[in-house]
Amino acid sequence: MSEAPAVPRNASADRAREQGIALLLQPPRPRSGWRLVPARVGAMCAVELQKLRHDRTELYTRAVQPALWLLIFGQTFTRIKAIPTGGIPYIDYMAPGIIAQSAMFIAIFYGIQIIWERDAGVLNKLLVTPTPRSALITGKAFAAGVKSLIQAIVVIVIAAVLGVALTWNPLKLLGVAAAVILGSAFFSCLSMTIAGIVLSRDRLMGFGQAITMPLFFASNALYPVAVMPGWLQAVSKVNPLSYQVDALRGLLLGTHAHLALDFGVLLVAAAAGIAAASSLLGRLAR
Amino acid sequence: MTAAHSADTPLSADTPLSADTPLSADTPRTADPAAPAHDAVSCTGLAYAFGETNAVDGLDLSVREGEIFGLLGPNGAGKTTAIRCMTTLLPVPAGMVRVFGLDASRERMGVRRLLGYVPQQLSADSGLTGRENVALFARVFDVPRKERAERVAQALAAVDLADAADRLAKTYSGGMVRRLELAQALVSAPRLLILDEPTIGLDPIARTGVWEHINAVRAATGMTVLVTTHYMDEADQYCDRVALMHRGRIRALGTPDELREGLGERRRAEGAAQDTLPTLEDVFRDVAGSGLDDQSGDFRDVRSTRRTAQRVG
Repeated sequence: MSEAPAVPRNASADRAREQGIALLLQPPRPRSGWRLVPARVGAMCAVELQKLRHDRTELYTRAVQPALWLLIFGQTFTRIKAIPTGGIPYIDYMAPGIIAQSAMFIAIFYGIQIIWERDAGVLNKLLVTPTPRSALITGKAFAAGVKSLIQAIVVIVIAAVLGVALTWNPLKLLGVAAAVILGSAFFSCLSMTIAGIVLSRDRLMGFGQAITMPLFFASNALYPVAVMPGWLQAVSKVNPLSYQVDALRGLLLGTHAHLALDFGVLLVAAAAGIAAASSLLGRLAR
Repeated sequence: MTAAHSADTPLSADTPLSADTPLSADTPRTADPAAPAHDAVSCTGLAYAFGETNAVDGLDLSVREGEIFGLLGPNGAGKTTAIRCMTTLLPVPAGMVRVFGLDASRERMGVRRLLGYVPQQLSADSGLTGRENVALFARVFDVPRKERAERVAQALAAVDLADAADRLAKTYSGGMVRRLELAQALVSAPRLLILDEPTIGLDPIARTGVWEHINAVRAATGMTVLVTTHYMDEADQYCDRVALMHRGRIRALGTPDELREGLGERRRAEGAAQDTLPTLEDVFRDVAGSGLDDQSGDFRDVRSTRRTAQRVG
């Protein structure tokens, strides 16, 4: 990274100190190497948490839909016993799927926020900071993950209240958090990638709505992959949501899961999403 | 001279920084006194086209260190595109852009560390407090945690927002939001502050307030300020030098006095009756010619300007 050229500055440090702005004369020392990305991720995540602290409306309104899924769909299908769940109540079986769904719904529309930030000039301002585009997208992706995680916690609490037998093992819950954040990072990057292609909020809304439900239904969120027709099973195999749900189910309910494969796929998907969204970010800046 | 800006311009009593701070060279940034001095911004043959439209068409421009430089021109003149090239937001496909000697197309991170940028839109996050807005930029400019709170407080105090620091930005007036954006730009101690239409949509009192703070901070820190504006009176009053840009090129460059006197002399030479010195607006009309209305920016430009004005006002 280039250092700022060392040209003397025409200002009096003493007088600036007297006026209480001495620090505004000293440029901060640049972070270098590997420390830059975690620092940007921390900054973006802090912003999401601050926003949630100031206004929790979205948190409450977004909790309605998963609550209805669990309350109506879950309880009804538990009685019907139409879906093979390996001996666990259907509401328990679907709870991890609904957690993944609610996290995905938040992340998949994250691209709208980046288009809003472009229209408001916020994105350009961030792009003029010493932040590589990949670090900015990584920060945004993990910020979406943090936002989704808060939502996931709300859904887990609702599921617990409805009697779903979830684990409270702290290590497993940490794994749940990781799965939610990684999945959301991928879906938010997918959304930001589409934003970089379509460039408008209206089009992105259309795309978001067009892909959300297919992603949900073409996963193991509501039913096992084994009961799907062959073509849907093929789609499910390349759908990162399936791997996220599998990991959540294994961690929260103790069912058989392929955790190494699940986390591997989620990591690769998130990395690919970050690369794709970063490469298209420049289109939003123009 | 109408009141062309100088460092000893008196400020109002409520300005937290005094603009009469004498400028000297004893600065904490000094690392190598023998280093060659560079212009703050230097553009040579800069060209940028959107499809077949040449937004910037061979721009040659130098902004000297420490001055307030006004880039004027109608909508669609190419000001914003030129600024986007200087700020590294756009690549430099033809020509050369240097910021304090750094190549804007090759040394992007180095250039960005020297910049404070306030875009035309109201870009503060309305869902965060003033302090949180500034703290975000402290973090992305790598201000260490131990000095972050103090630096943020100083930036807010410098623009007279210390008392409103913990209010959500959505409760701020338009002028306060502009000052908040100024604080966001100042928190990293930039050497070049770039302001794109900083007073658009503001009422005259708020406009004066924003300029007083720009002036005061410039005087106290010695930073270079590059500003675009449509308001000729502001350029006349606050800019050391101005460039009039039209159809992607600089058509006139000098101090406001020089430009006005130049037009006056030309008119006298042409035999026109001249009771008073032309205004900067006369110079602007002389340079841009008639028919501006047909060329003044596209739908997106106008929408963006109106949105900003609506949010401010």
